[in-house]
Amino acid sequence: MLKEVINILIEVRFHGRGGQGVVTAADILAVAGFKDGYQTLSFPMFGAEKRGTPVASFLRLSDRPIVIRDEIYHPNYVVVMDPTVIGPVKVEAGLKPEGKLIANYPKGAEDLRRAMGVDFDVLTINATKMAMEHLGRPITNTAMVGAFVGATNVIKLESLIETIKEWFANKELAEKNLRLVKEAYEYMKEVCGW
Amino acid sequence: MEKVVRGFYSIAHSVKLCKPNVIAAYPITPQTEIVENLAEMYANGELGDCEYVTAESEFGAASILVGASAAGARTFTATCSQGLILMSEVLINAAGMRLPIVLVNTNRALSAPLSIWNDHQDSMVLRDGGLMQIHVETNQEAHDMVPVAFKVAEDHKVMLPFMINMDGYKLTHAYEPIDLLEQEMVDTFLPPYNPPVYMTTKDPLTFGSYAPPQYYAEFRVALQNAMERARKVLEKAYKEWAEITGRDWGGHIVAEGVEDADLVAISMGSLTGMVRDVISELRNQGKKVGLLKIRTFRPFPAKEVRGALKDAEKILVFERAVSFGHGGPVGMEVKSACFGLTPEFYSFAVGLGGRDVPREEIVRIISDVYYGKVDQGFHFGTVKPFEEVIV
Repeated sequence: MLKEVINILIEVRFHGRGGQGVVTAADILAVAGFKDGYQTLSFPMFGAEKRGTPVASFLRLSDRPIVIRDEIYHPNYVVVMDPTVIGPVKVEAGLKPEGKLIANYPKGAEDLRRAMGVDFDVLTINATKMAMEHLGRPITNTAMVGAFVGATNVIKLESLIETIKEWFANKELAEKNLRLVKEAYEYMKEVCGW
Repeated sequence: MEKVVRGFYSIAHSVKLCKPNVIAAYPITPQTEIVENLAEMYANGELGDCEYVTAESEFGAASILVGASAAGARTFTATCSQGLILMSEVLINAAGMRLPIVLVNTNRALSAPLSIWNDHQDSMVLRDGGLMQIHVETNQEAHDMVPVAFKVAEDHKVMLPFMINMDGYKLTHAYEPIDLLEQEMVDTFLPPYNPPVYMTTKDPLTFGSYAPPQYYAEFRVALQNAMERARKVLEKAYKEWAEITGRDWGGHIVAEGVEDADLVAISMGSLTGMVRDVISELRNQGKKVGLLKIRTFRPFPAKEVRGALKDAEKILVFERAVSFGHGGPVGMEVKSACFGLTPEFYSFAVGLGGRDVPREEIVRIISDVYYGKVDQGFHFGTVKPFEEVIV
């Protein structure tokens, strides 16, 4: 998919809370995207370095070296790890009209669209439930990177799987996360009707 | 081999290849993952003949390196913000003792109020301390400059501490593709440290001795002479690095499109990429604008800066720190380098304490200066209206 397009820049913003792996989500996708042939850049912005505080992270994918390091104000995609940051944080700020908002939100897309009063593409997944099933902990980042890849197709699932395997030194943890990534990916693919 | 790694790791990997003998660091905030990565390498036995010492403070870490360096060891540490300030007494001593300690300062703001985010206030406080200082734009440049720093610091013509400044967060916390160096390449470029003098029990020496008025000035003259000699040594090392690796980061400065430029924008550090991007867009629109990237901050490349700015009608400096009671610290140097020339001069302090500098802010500032919409002199970038309590 990458070779057919020139001069592309895909910008993604992640929102969540400290402890959910918001920073790592962007980092994992930076590594995975590079495997697909993109130039990549990811970086975080957090408040106090404490669990529970709102955190944002940023990801750029391009076919040329990335020199822009400012925060992302007009993302193509927004990924929300935690339903409770929606509202206190204006997660949809600057999202491009043709963009997608992909959220961990158990009440479903219709409810979220109504609650936010927006009409752009909103996709939801119950990532907390999935993470609890696979990991036994409400850490939603790997589910959400799977959901992101399933919803956007901008990165190959194989590249993401390879990255997850490298990322976790602990084999058992890697396996658990792999299952979680795949389930979230498949779920989102079905939602999108790919 | 090109690999996506975090900024911190790009430094740690490079430091390992430089085969340091002693690394000392204070292990918690404001310390960074650089020493965390190095500690892991040390624990895994990857650092060869190296002692890794965890110190009780940044003051202690720097002091340990002073002792080790005086004994002839190749030494490294990393720090930033309050940590650098706590180290400062020792580092200024190290400069006076002519000890080639290499440190990476991951630029962050100073307290108070407390901030953990990026600007250049910390390294600017060390401006007059006798340390060589460079600023890097990307993690690849940071990665590449570690061997350069050791080579220049340890050159017998120089023998001074060397501080690599890389922007905290914007670079250090970023994952991006880095062409990681191989041991062989670093070995070709960087010889083992061969100290001209060092402490032994057989041939005792004194470092940092008491110097009454009849001796002190000559030591300081020697330090200034070393800084002057460092210009050439550093420039030569930059060139040699480009030849060996094929990655040419330029000399003390990099001037782009300044020959016919009416306005030259000046930047140092990770903001430069975006300033270049904006400048190149404006040039495409037919505007006569250029970019001056300053890489070496100490010794300050006044001759090169003046040469690049001699025909500019307007000079605009993007500052990342403030010299309170005067203006922007980079602008002060630029003005002094341009003494006798008569360009219009503008300087803007942006991104203080990690406030994001959006592309629009750079565009707006450059346009305002280009079209004469702001007064000359020192300004702050985007600041919210607020009421001062103490007036």
